[in-house]
Amino acid sequence: MSYDLEPLFLTFRLATVTTLILFVLGIPLAYWLSFSKSRWRIVIEPLVSLPLVLPPTVLGFYILLAFSPKYAFGHFLESNGIHIVFSFWGLVIGSVLFSLPFMVNPIKSGMQNFPVTLIEAAYVLGKSKMEILLKVILPNVRPALLTGIVMAFAHTIGEFGVVLMVGGNIPGETRVASVAIFSEVEALNYETAHVYSLILVVISFLVLFLFYFFNRKSVRLF
Amino acid sequence: MIRMNVRKTMTTQDGERDLNVDVTIERGEVLALFGPSGAGKTTLLRLLAGLSRPDEGSIVVDGETWFDSRRRINLALQKRKVGFVFQDYSLFPNMTVRENLLFALDDRSRTGEADEWLSVLDLTQLADQKPHQLSGGQKQRAALARALVRRPEIVLLDEPLSALDIDLRLKLQDELIAVCRKQNITAILVSHDVSEVFKISRRVLVMKEGKIIRSGAPENVFVENNVSGKFKFTGEIVAIKKDGVVNILTVRIGNTMTQVVATDEEIVRLKIGSRVIVAAKAFNPMILEYNDDR
Repeated sequence: MSYDLEPLFLTFRLATVTTLILFVLGIPLAYWLSFSKSRWRIVIEPLVSLPLVLPPTVLGFYILLAFSPKYAFGHFLESNGIHIVFSFWGLVIGSVLFSLPFMVNPIKSGMQNFPVTLIEAAYVLGKSKMEILLKVILPNVRPALLTGIVMAFAHTIGEFGVVLMVGGNIPGETRVASVAIFSEVEALNYETAHVYSLILVVISFLVLFLFYFFNRKSVRLF
Repeated sequence: MIRMNVRKTMTTQDGERDLNVDVTIERGEVLALFGPSGAGKTTLLRLLAGLSRPDEGSIVVDGETWFDSRRRINLALQKRKVGFVFQDYSLFPNMTVRENLLFALDDRSRTGEADEWLSVLDLTQLADQKPHQLSGGQKQRAALARALVRRPEIVLLDEPLSALDIDLRLKLQDELIAVCRKQNITAILVSHDVSEVFKISRRVLVMKEGKIIRSGAPENVFVENNVSGKFKFTGEIVAIKKDGVVNILTVRIGNTMTQVVATDEEIVRLKIGSRVIVAAKAFNPMILEYNDDR
């Protein structure tokens, strides 16, 4: 008996792309939140953590509105041939926003706990901020980086609300595993739903197991 | 020559307090800063290194203005040719000893100098070790090597030897003096240890509550009623024992122990741990050659 594994591949493709984008975005953002003396920090910090408390549907709803061709911005994108809503890249935008705190917060706390004197020592040695970030801070907060990557990846696999709102249920484009399970259950195809669910459980368990296994000593997830 | 005249509000355990200093330091001088914690010793070093910014005043080093509040000059700390040895050593934990030194070099063609410093400070064997594998004294030497490999004109040392045992401390004091003299480096050292101040520096600034309250040669600063003894050592009392009508004090001078006799009157204010000067007037000591390899 064969099953359509497309939703699973799509889920992992989405999680991988999202994690990569978040990694590149998360490091400068975490750095800024850790070391900036800007007044804006007290506004940006809660914004980053907002997805932790909001229902995913709220985020999905606003993304839909923002990118809808009915309104100026979405219309502008649409007229340039860029389709966000109900497309893979729409899912990516939704996931990036939704998993942002899972990447940023561990890296931020890693950086905030990093000894200030080491950064000062590097300054006295004539190093620029960039050099200090790349050669001193990042190598020493590796466990925090790994936590961020694992959390963002795992959280994107488990996403449902935002994905459904922004992407809908288009096979091969936006129909990720969590959405596929929902629609298979609705269609009373319990067997297919079982297969998808079990695979997700096993893979998610393995990701977390390996993470804990390799970080037995140094980190905790929360 | 360093000319420093600055004011800075510091936050100490006892609330806010002004640091107010006006000091001139000659090139090649080894200067000690002495005083209780919260006096502003570390702050003074940080202001000079550029890690903190004075509220007002100026810092001029060899004719170059590093800071001037009126002319709005504040030389970036990366551009100040300063070596800083932190109290906790601050070696980068992700790098080996050698990598710590190489990281300090701006010019990669000078890696030979890093190896030279490693051998000068007896670290060659440990070059590939990570900081967490080193003992306190080894970390201290690595931190010193890392500061010196940049060829600084000024080296600032924030209680670098306080965590070490006495033998190691004496050895490193010797090394430090030798290095600074040889390279004509100006050194400013924060120390809580009177005998260290005596040994290392020719001039000491005693700080209290943000101000320099005394300065001068250690023997003038620390010895209040200036004895004109022919022999004079500073040490610390480790034991006081009553023996008949006199008391026997055991005094640690450097890493040797000696016993001296004192009357009841003399020891009234003394207790174990007191810092004392042992002086003897006109007498004729024996001089014997001392051989270290015995």
